[in-house]
Amino acid sequence: MIEIKDLHKSYKMGSNSLHVLKGINFNIEDGELVAIMGSSGSGKSTLLNILGMLDGADSGEYTLDGVPIKNLSETKAALYRNKFLGFVFQSFNLINYKSALENVALPLYYQKVPRKERQEKAMQYLDKVGLKPWAHHLPSELSGGQKQRVAIARAMAAEPKVLLADEPTGALDSKTSYEVMALIQKINDEGNTILVVTHEEDIAHMCKRIVHLKDGVIVEDKKIEQVRAEQYV
Amino acid sequence: MFDLERWQEIFDTIRKNKLRTFLTGLSVASGIFILVILLGFGQGMRNGIEHEFKEDASTSIWVWPGVTSKEYKGLNPGRRIQLVNENYNNADAMFKSDIEYGSSRIFVRGITVNYGKEALIYGVQGVAADFQFIENASMLEGRFINYQDEISAGKVAIIGNKIKKDVFHEVDTPIGEFIDISGIPFKVIGVFKEMEEREEERIYIPITTAQKAFNGGNRVNNMSFTLPPVDNFDQAVAQAINFKNGLKEYLQQVHTIDPEDSSALEVWSAMEEAKRYYGLTNNIKLFFWFVGICTIIAGVVGVSNIMMIVVKERTREIGIRKALGAKPWSIIGMILHEAIFVTAISGFGGLIFSMALLELVGPNIEVDYVLNPSVNFNVAFSTVLVLIVAGTLAGFVPAYRAAKVKVIESLRDE
Repeated sequence: MIEIKDLHKSYKMGSNSLHVLKGINFNIEDGELVAIMGSSGSGKSTLLNILGMLDGADSGEYTLDGVPIKNLSETKAALYRNKFLGFVFQSFNLINYKSALENVALPLYYQKVPRKERQEKAMQYLDKVGLKPWAHHLPSELSGGQKQRVAIARAMAAEPKVLLADEPTGALDSKTSYEVMALIQKINDEGNTILVVTHEEDIAHMCKRIVHLKDGVIVEDKKIEQVRAEQYV
Repeated sequence: MFDLERWQEIFDTIRKNKLRTFLTGLSVASGIFILVILLGFGQGMRNGIEHEFKEDASTSIWVWPGVTSKEYKGLNPGRRIQLVNENYNNADAMFKSDIEYGSSRIFVRGITVNYGKEALIYGVQGVAADFQFIENASMLEGRFINYQDEISAGKVAIIGNKIKKDVFHEVDTPIGEFIDISGIPFKVIGVFKEMEEREEERIYIPITTAQKAFNGGNRVNNMSFTLPPVDNFDQAVAQAINFKNGLKEYLQQVHTIDPEDSSALEVWSAMEEAKRYYGLTNNIKLFFWFVGICTIIAGVVGVSNIMMIVVKERTREIGIRKALGAKPWSIIGMILHEAIFVTAISGFGGLIFSMALLELVGPNIEVDYVLNPSVNFNVAFSTVLVLIVAGTLAGFVPAYRAAKVKVIESLRDE
């Protein structure tokens, strides 16, 4: 699904240049649930941004579902993001004046799905994350866990090939974190490819594979025995 | 523009950001409102001044003789210029094709006027039949002097409405009554009305009668003409000046007056006078436009300012939308669409409100030199369009910049 070869990225800070990614190589197969771990400054968020086409790499190859991602125009990147990727952020990033339902329906709007169909589909996904009764609430009326579930529903509504989660549990307490992870595992069980960036060991162990990043290089890449999150909920 | 989905998205945003929308709308609407009111009053002043000039026919030209002040061809200064019938007749013949109406006039002096036992102290003037049109006098009763009266030197008199009210209040109508001018009975055959009461205190008699009965000889006190009306104001002024110069030249030749001598002969043209006021109102109009345009600019700056804040406020939202697959142009389109919609609605709102105000209040305004302030709809309409276009351009820059910001940067924006 994802193939990355010798990926480099550096940021210019005034006259200095900060080399964040120093040659990353790895592949992700269809249906995998991968945790990318690393302390802050290890380059994991940068890697995710590049994978999410939110940022461009300096050099290296990135192929997503057989499509080379290189020198994309803004418009093309937007198109690919909409078609291939779903995002879940640490700070949820819901649009605060739109209801949960409208938030979930938003990616479908950019897929030019008709309004009625959009709302039906959004409702389906809200139901899937157990938030149907909250469909018409604003984000400010939801708890952190609920917000993140809305965000996951939104990411899934567009039926992406890969779900990218950047510290999805970073702003949540451990109980809600496990709830969210249980949801992510459920979505993975249905065959979706998911990438989770985290620095929490227990969260990482709820994935099927852990990739350790340190100072811009992969230091460890291992498959693990998945810990099911349901047992903690 | 006709994408229903986009409209729904815009309405959602507007509905949920009422205050922001309201403030944007208010600044646009008030800009248009002030401009329209200013333009309306500019037009009102123009109308008012035009109205003040309606007293006499607007194309009238008057000749007043005076006293020479310059020595010319061996003749001393201090000569009194006396116009005579011949001057008028010649002028009339020379400029036949230019003139619409013409009349010479005599102020009858050294007479007494009585009605019954009452002595009247009104001025008596001998005029020609056409004088009615030159003075713009409208007949309330009876008729004005006609050509027959002129030829036959009829002993008839036309009185002003004020004289009727002051003197003839005991009879139903002054028509058919006789007034006595220095022992000669004159039959009242008409009552005229003027814009100003002062001009209603006159008694008109045929000029021929005035000359024959009161020792006038062939002397004339002044001459007046009107030119046929022309639609184009500048053309009318040019025509008036042309005629005025021709007439002046003729009279100066006949009376041997130095062309440089300004006190010997005055030829006054209402058109020229009007032009000066028109110039003034044009300047006022220009000034109002200037103020109005400044208001509009302030409006545009206001709109772009608000747009900038709006975009800033929505940076994060824009980042989210982009992460979800919004293309840069759809972001720009969304922001501009909203801006145009709000500007258009409030712009036309301000336009309709201010025009309704002018329509309702305008005709009731009774101030000197301001009459029926109104505004040309097309002008007002295009101003709104200009504001919309300007608002769009003003909104475009921040929108474009917002769409270009990297998603991660906009998402970092708290």
